[in-house]
Amino acid sequence: MLRIACPYCGRRAQAEFVFERALDAILPLDATTEAAVRHLYARENPKGWSWELWRHSAGCGAWLKLHRHTISHQIAAVELLAAAGLDRAE
Amino acid sequence: MTSARHPTEGRVDRSQRLHFTFDGAPYWGHPGDTLASALLANGVGMLGRSFKYHRPRGILAAGVEEPSALVGVGHGGRFEPNTRATDLFLYEGLRAESQNRWPSLAVDFGAALGVLGRFIPAGFYYKAFLGKPELWKVYEHFIRRAAGLGRPPREPDPDAYDQRAAFCDVLVVGAGPAGLAAALSASAAGAHVMLVEQDQQVGGGLLREASELDGLTSEVWISATLKALAERGVRVLCRATAVGYWDHDLITVAQRLTEPGQVPPATAPAQRLWRVRAERVVLATGAIERPLPFEHNDRPGVMLAQAVRTYIQRYGVLPGRKAVVATSNDDAYRTAFAIADAGGEVVAILDSRPASDRPIIRAAVTRFAVRFDAQVLRAVGGADGLRRVIAQVGGPEQTFDGDLLAISGGFSPAAHLHMQAGGALDWDETQAAFRAGAARQSQSTTGSAAGLDDLGDVIRHGWTAGAEAASAIGACAESPPDVTETYPGPAYAVAALAPPASADPKRVFVDFQNDVTLADVDLAWREGYRSVEHLKRYTTLGMATDQGKTSNMVGLARLAAHESRPIPEVGLTTFRPPYTPVTLGALAGHAKGFHVAPLRRPALHEAHVASQPLWQPSGYWMRPRAYPQAGESLHDAALREARAVRTAVGWVDVSTLGKFEIAGPDAAALLECACATTVAKLAIGRGRYTFMLREDGMVMDDGTVWRLAEDRYLLTSSTGGADRMAHHLDYVRKVLAPQLKVAVANVQEHWAGIAVAGPQARSLMARLAPDFEIPRHMSTGRTAINGVDVLILAASYSGERAFEIYVGNLDAEAVWAAVTGVGQSLGGCPYGLEALEILRIEKGHVVVGGEIDGRTTPFDLGLHRMMNPARTFVGAAALQRPALLAQNGRLQLVGLESASPIPEGAMLVRQAPGKPEGHVTAGGIRVMGEGAVALALLRDGRDRTGEHLTAWSPTRRLSARVRVVEPMFHDPEGARYRD
Repeated sequence: MLRIACPYCGRRAQAEFVFERALDAILPLDATTEAAVRHLYARENPKGWSWELWRHSAGCGAWLKLHRHTISHQIAAVELLAAAGLDRAE
Repeated sequence: MTSARHPTEGRVDRSQRLHFTFDGAPYWGHPGDTLASALLANGVGMLGRSFKYHRPRGILAAGVEEPSALVGVGHGGRFEPNTRATDLFLYEGLRAESQNRWPSLAVDFGAALGVLGRFIPAGFYYKAFLGKPELWKVYEHFIRRAAGLGRPPREPDPDAYDQRAAFCDVLVVGAGPAGLAAALSASAAGAHVMLVEQDQQVGGGLLREASELDGLTSEVWISATLKALAERGVRVLCRATAVGYWDHDLITVAQRLTEPGQVPPATAPAQRLWRVRAERVVLATGAIERPLPFEHNDRPGVMLAQAVRTYIQRYGVLPGRKAVVATSNDDAYRTAFAIADAGGEVVAILDSRPASDRPIIRAAVTRFAVRFDAQVLRAVGGADGLRRVIAQVGGPEQTFDGDLLAISGGFSPAAHLHMQAGGALDWDETQAAFRAGAARQSQSTTGSAAGLDDLGDVIRHGWTAGAEAASAIGACAESPPDVTETYPGPAYAVAALAPPASADPKRVFVDFQNDVTLADVDLAWREGYRSVEHLKRYTTLGMATDQGKTSNMVGLARLAAHESRPIPEVGLTTFRPPYTPVTLGALAGHAKGFHVAPLRRPALHEAHVASQPLWQPSGYWMRPRAYPQAGESLHDAALREARAVRTAVGWVDVSTLGKFEIAGPDAAALLECACATTVAKLAIGRGRYTFMLREDGMVMDDGTVWRLAEDRYLLTSSTGGADRMAHHLDYVRKVLAPQLKVAVANVQEHWAGIAVAGPQARSLMARLAPDFEIPRHMSTGRTAINGVDVLILAASYSGERAFEIYVGNLDAEAVWAAVTGVGQSLGGCPYGLEALEILRIEKGHVVVGGEIDGRTTPFDLGLHRMMNPARTFVGAAALQRPALLAQNGRLQLVGLESASPIPEGAMLVRQAPGKPEGHVTAGGIRVMGEGAVALALLRDGRDRTGEHLTAWSPTRRLSARVRVVEPMFHDPEGARYRD
């Protein structure tokens, strides 16, 4: 079980969080049908570092941007979505 | 067997006796004994029959790696099968029984199989299934009787199991010399340390050696060390096995507070499962000695050399009088000395290596017959014990009489947890061993788990590992203990993974527990199994409850030899948790029975309890299904309740519906993003039906939306989808449309809801709130009932004139009582979910989990007329996919009618048997008329009105001839909503 350092609540067990989706799978409201298909069905499935959207659903409820390694489960960054925005920081 | 307890040797408490039985015969042992050591002391050397061939099996090891000595222990619900006798500490009244024998251990019918044993080769089950299926019927009876180890208990486990979380700076796994040294240095540096040990005592290998530390005997040093650790606040857990190493340094530790089968003290748990988060982990898990491959190496009386030494020096039991020692390393020489010092005879030491001149070997040569370049070819013996050993000494065969064969094929570092944690393994060619390589998490490996086998090295390495693990906390100013041993130095183990060339591979056992021989490995290879993972599954090598702790390497080497590839290239199967078997009760902990899942009670729960309804779980909620009167069946009660709604009035608790208050200048804009219907034009005080889509265009949920004030809305959604809707609304607000000025409050449990429905519903409202201007259909109102403020939403789910009365949770019972009082005077009654279902089916309303099944679009469900697909909302873009626009070939909502009951879930076919063209999603009845109605999803259904089909359920042997109609059987004009 991962341990995620919520900027509000500190290091908490993964059981308190839900994985929403990879950042590149976020479909803007005004997307075209082609973009929708691409976002929904032709996503990257990276072996390695991935930017993801999580929510501290059983905690403070904050939406979080995680930089997570999909093999080692290392987490290099946890940011508040509200502060960082949706862009993929590298 | 002639083994017996040594008069003085060992660490058991001879001042006390513990009585136990094995297969009904009474025995006794001492505190500190395992069942294995106590049985050996009583001269019992054969403990069970093997899995496939019912070969007699004895005791191979002295720890958790034991593959053979499995027993059933305890009785009733506490009975535990497949318990290792070597990992079961004796207690008064212990009851153990041998396994896999019939009618008795001595006279075993299945042992006849051993003679014919070769006819269960590798892959037997696969081949049996691939062959003629009817043959399985022939095999099955015979296999089910012959195969399988212990039988599970039939009664529920009466014991309680606890779970606990813990956090520490340094977790040390294993309290052998390396682990104790690591815990000492880490705690000396000021770290908060936990030390877990699977044994009943700390000490590990020190418990079997006569070494001195800091001038103290190991026994005294261990006591002093425990005292020092306790003073520094180190938490030491014994009988606590680290069974899993999970992501981010989470280690699960299964702790036995009582032994298997033992009755715990009143109110005390039998076991405790710890979840430990550690900043750093030191793995001092030791090494597991490997058997040697030779013919009949599974015979009782063949025992690992370190195990023999453990039985002598820790338990004071000499497992044999005349011993042959066969080894590929120096460590087994210590066993020879131990046997001789305890009064046994060492017939010979058979060393597979060439002669050498190290002190321990020089000393052995002066006392024993040592043969170099010697390999055991065959053990001769049976259920009554070992008789002799035949070996090749430099080529020619020699026979050695003996009742004990102590073997050592080298050591496999216990790298299981390291590998579970994602660590790599390094290959040591000389010793033929995998050991911990690069770590991926915060673990380090020390002691013999790191491949060390000189006690001084082990302790110094452990000390350094502990100090390093604690270095973030502080520095360790102390120094490690000095070690004095008679024959210090490493074991100089060499690979001993192949049997003598002349050995018959059919008789050389690799996996003792699953009865896998070298011949099975050979057969699998000939049949094309090249991958070690495939080999494992095909032969079942390493798949028994011991997970191949002693066996994997010999099989692996055989495959590598066939492949002419080095062992590390062939690879090792993955170690997975748990390291040793864990009782399911420990994993469940408190989550059993009532505590499996939380129970959510609506505000009116107590009121319902008083009327003794039939209950129906709905997610975590418990809701009334029907309120049967005396002697009434569920169906009769539901029909009576539904008829009350159609003819007079009924009331139902709808408190569990999802409810969201949405407020702010952009409240309507947010709703327009989340909902597929338009919201912005809704007048204050009005409401409408709405539904929400997933991003892929499929309907997710439905409900109603009400405009309570200029910038304030109430959205309802289904009970089961309420949590998902809360998450979805938050996603829309925070991620998709963060610019909107709006707040969402989840008020699901703030408001209790009572829906009153029926032709008398208006009268009922008028009597409850005399001065209230009754709102028309899809309008809101506010009033008070018996002085309690309520919100009225005039919405109908049943198809009758209806009102939903929302009231603060604390006042709900008073309003329910008022509704009940007036409603009964109007000829009404409360109704439950069953009547609700009958009513909504007749009205043709779709429901989440029924028609809204995650695969239906608004068009499929006939909801598209309420939606402007050109607007921007979640799911709009994906709805424009060509396959969805084509609109043919899709399952569409239809109604079905029939004179006979329509089985729910049945497939729709033209003629049974036939090709399914859809299915019945909900089967119901005409509440006031005759015959059955149903809702269904039917391919291109909307164009098929009038067709005759069969609703066919072959598994239940039900079918009904049905006619396709519009999905609306009651008041299609909606006249009954209006006053």
